[in-house]
Amino acid sequence: MIKFLIKGLLRDKSRSRLPIMVVAIGVTLTVFMHAYITGFMGDTIEMNARFTTGHVKVMTRAYAEDASLLPNDLALMQIEELLDSLRSLYPDMSWSPRIQFGGLIDVPDSAGETRSQGTAIGWGLELIANQDELNRLDLQKALRSGHLPRKSGDALLSHTFAGKLGIAPGDEFTLISSTMNGGMAMYNFRLSGTVHFGVEIMDRGSIIADLKDVQLALEMENAAGEITGFSNTGFYHNNQAEKLSDSFNSKFKTDDEFSPVMLSLSQQGNMGQYVQMSEVWSAYVSLIFIFAMSLVLWNAGLLGGLRRYGEVGIRLAIGESKGHVYRSMIAESVFIGIAGSVTGTAIGLGFAWLLQTYGLDISGMMQGASLMMPTIIKARITPTDFYIGFFPGVISTVIGTLLSGIGIYRRQTAKLFKELEA
Amino acid sequence: METQTIISVKEMYKRFPMGKTEFTALENLNLDFAQGEFTGLIGPSGSGKTTLLNILGSLDVPTLGEATVLGKSIGKLNTHEAAMLRRESLGFIFQSYNLLAVHTVFENVEFPLLLLKIPSQERRKMVQEALEWVGLSDKIRSKPPQLSGGQCQRVAIARAMVKKPKLVLADEPTANLDAANSHHILKTMLTLNQELKTTFIFATHDEKVISYLNRKIYLLDGRVDKDEVVTHNK
Ligand SMILES: Nc1ncnc2c1ncn2[C@@H]1O[C@H](COP(=O)(O)OP(=O)(O)O)[C@@H](O)[C@H]1O
Ligand SMILES: [Mg+2]
Repeated sequence: MIKFLIKGLLRDKSRSRLPIMVVAIGVTLTVFMHAYITGFMGDTIEMNARFTTGHVKVMTRAYAEDASLLPNDLALMQIEELLDSLRSLYPDMSWSPRIQFGGLIDVPDSAGETRSQGTAIGWGLELIANQDELNRLDLQKALRSGHLPRKSGDALLSHTFAGKLGIAPGDEFTLISSTMNGGMAMYNFRLSGTVHFGVEIMDRGSIIADLKDVQLALEMENAAGEITGFSNTGFYHNNQAEKLSDSFNSKFKTDDEFSPVMLSLSQQGNMGQYVQMSEVWSAYVSLIFIFAMSLVLWNAGLLGGLRRYGEVGIRLAIGESKGHVYRSMIAESVFIGIAGSVTGTAIGLGFAWLLQTYGLDISGMMQGASLMMPTIIKARITPTDFYIGFFPGVISTVIGTLLSGIGIYRRQTAKLFKELEA
Repeated sequence: METQTIISVKEMYKRFPMGKTEFTALENLNLDFAQGEFTGLIGPSGSGKTTLLNILGSLDVPTLGEATVLGKSIGKLNTHEAAMLRRESLGFIFQSYNLLAVHTVFENVEFPLLLLKIPSQERRKMVQEALEWVGLSDKIRSKPPQLSGGQCQRVAIARAMVKKPKLVLADEPTANLDAANSHHILKTMLTLNQELKTTFIFATHDEKVISYLNRKIYLLDGRVDKDEVVTHNK
C-alpha cells in the first residue's frame, strides 16, 4: 500500500514536482533572506562596534552622557591602571584606549602659509604599541597609498580627503584642535598613507594617528576619552555584553561623575533598537513565511484536490476509508514538505554562501549616507539557516494539505462522483 | 434452482435538498435482487438510476425506508462499515472508467487486493487471472493513457472482478464505447456472471446492454415503471 502511494506520488508530477518546487522556492527565499539580513545587520553592528562603540566601551560617567560631542575634557585619567584591572578582570576581551576628537587639518605651502584646510574627525588609536587596532580596522587592506604609521608623528588621512587637500604621503600638515584643558592645540604630522574603508562617514574626512601622538597633541597624557572592549570571539553577543557591563559597573561606578562606567554597544546611541530588531526580525520573517506559504499551498492543494476527486472517488468506491485517504494525503504532504525544504535549504545556503564569499558592492547607493553601514553587503550563514526555512516549509505544506483535504473529507462520497462525472 | 436474495429495498425514498424544498429522486421503491442476477435499471436520464446504484453501493444513504445489501442495512452503516462492505463485497464499473492514470494496468487491478491485505504472490496470481478474463494479459505494464477506451473499460472490469465480489454495480458502462467494444465487454461480464455467480446490476439506457439482461427494471421519475424477467437463450 505504501509502495503504491509512493509510486503514485513520484509518477504524478503535478502531485510531487510542482508542490516540491513551490516549497523549495519559498524555503530558498527564507534561508537566503535570513542569511542576507543576518549578514547585513551583523556587519552593521560589527562595523559600528569596530569604529565607534566597541562591543563594550568604558568612559567617565560625564563623558558618556555627552559622548556624541566627544568631550575630551571629561576623559578617563590614569588609564594604564584602569587597563591593567580590565585586562586582569576580563581576560576574554581585548581592550584598547581611544581618543576621538574633532579638528582642522591645515596644509601649509613652502612658505608656511595655509595652502588648504579641511575639518576632520580624528582617531587616536594604538597603532604602534600593538597590532590589535590595525587588525580590527583592517588598516592594511584600507591603505590606498603610502604606509601605515611606524613612528611618532605619522598619520593617516582619508584617501579622498587627502586628494581634496592636495597632499600626498610624505607631506606634512598641522592638526588644529583644542587641548583637554580647553587650550589651543597645534601639532604637526607627516602623512604616512591614505586609507579608504568603504564606510561613508570614515571616508569623508578622517585623520588616524597613534594614541601617543594624539595624547601629546591634546595634552592628554595617560588619559583617553574611551576604552573599547572587544570580545575575542569576534562577534557581538548582546547578553554577554550587557552582563559584562553590569559586572563592571557594580565594581567601579560611583556617584563621582568622573568614575568609569561601561556601556554595551546596545546601550550606546540608538544601537539598542538596532540590536533588538536584529534579534526579533527572523521570528517575523518565518511567521510571515509560514502564513504565506500555507496560503499558497492551501490553494495549490485545493487545485490538486479538485483534480484528484476522481482518484479519491475511486479509492473510496473500492473500499478505502475516508480517514485512510485523508491520512495518506497528509503523509504525502510530509514527504513533499521535507523534499521541498531540503532542496530549498540547500539552494538557499548556496546563494547565501555566494553572497557571504563574494559580497555585493552597494557603495553607489550609499553616497552621502551618514549612518555607519557597510558598503559591501555580505550574507552570514548561521546555524539558524539550517532550520529557519526547513520547519516552516514542512509545516506549511502539511497545513496547506490539512486545509484543502478537509473539503474532500467532508464531502458526501456520492457527491464526489457527481463532480467526477461532470 | 434455489436463489438467495442478496438485496432487498423496502419503501425506500431518496430526496435531495433543492433550495428551500426537496427533490424526490427515488419514490417508494420496493425491489428484491437475487444472487446471480444480470439485471438492468433502465430509464431516461434523470430517472434515478445512478441514485439507486449509489445507495446499493453504500456510497449514499436512503432518506426513508430500508435498503439491505448482503445483510447490511445501508442507512445504518457508519463510514467505516460502509467502506468495509465496499472493500469486501462490491465492485464498481463507471461510464468514465476512472482508472488511476499514473499507475499501470497491473497496479490498477491490484489496488482492491492491497486494501484487502492479500499477500503479494497471491495478488499477482489473482491480477493475472482477472486480466485473462478480460483478454488484456499483454497490457499488464501499460498505463491507462496508452490504452483505447474499450481496453480501459476492460481494465475497469478486471479491477471490479479481481476480488470476486458478490455484487458488481455498473453505471452506464458502454456509454463511451462503440458497438464492437460494447458487445465484447458485455460478453465478458455475462461469462463472469455465469461462471462466478456474481450478481450484476447495470444502470443503462443502451439497447445493446438491455439485450443481454435477464431482468429489466424500468425506472421513470424515481419509480418502478415495469419489472420484467426475461428468459432467452443467448
Ligand atoms: N446530489 C444531488 N443533489 C441534488 N439532486 C440530485 C443529486 N443527485 C441526483 N440528483 C437528481 O436526482 C435525479 C436523478 O438523478 P440520477 O440518479 O443521476 O439519474 P440517472 O442516473 O437516471 O440519469 C436527477 O434529477 C438529478 O438531478
Ligand atoms: Mg446516471
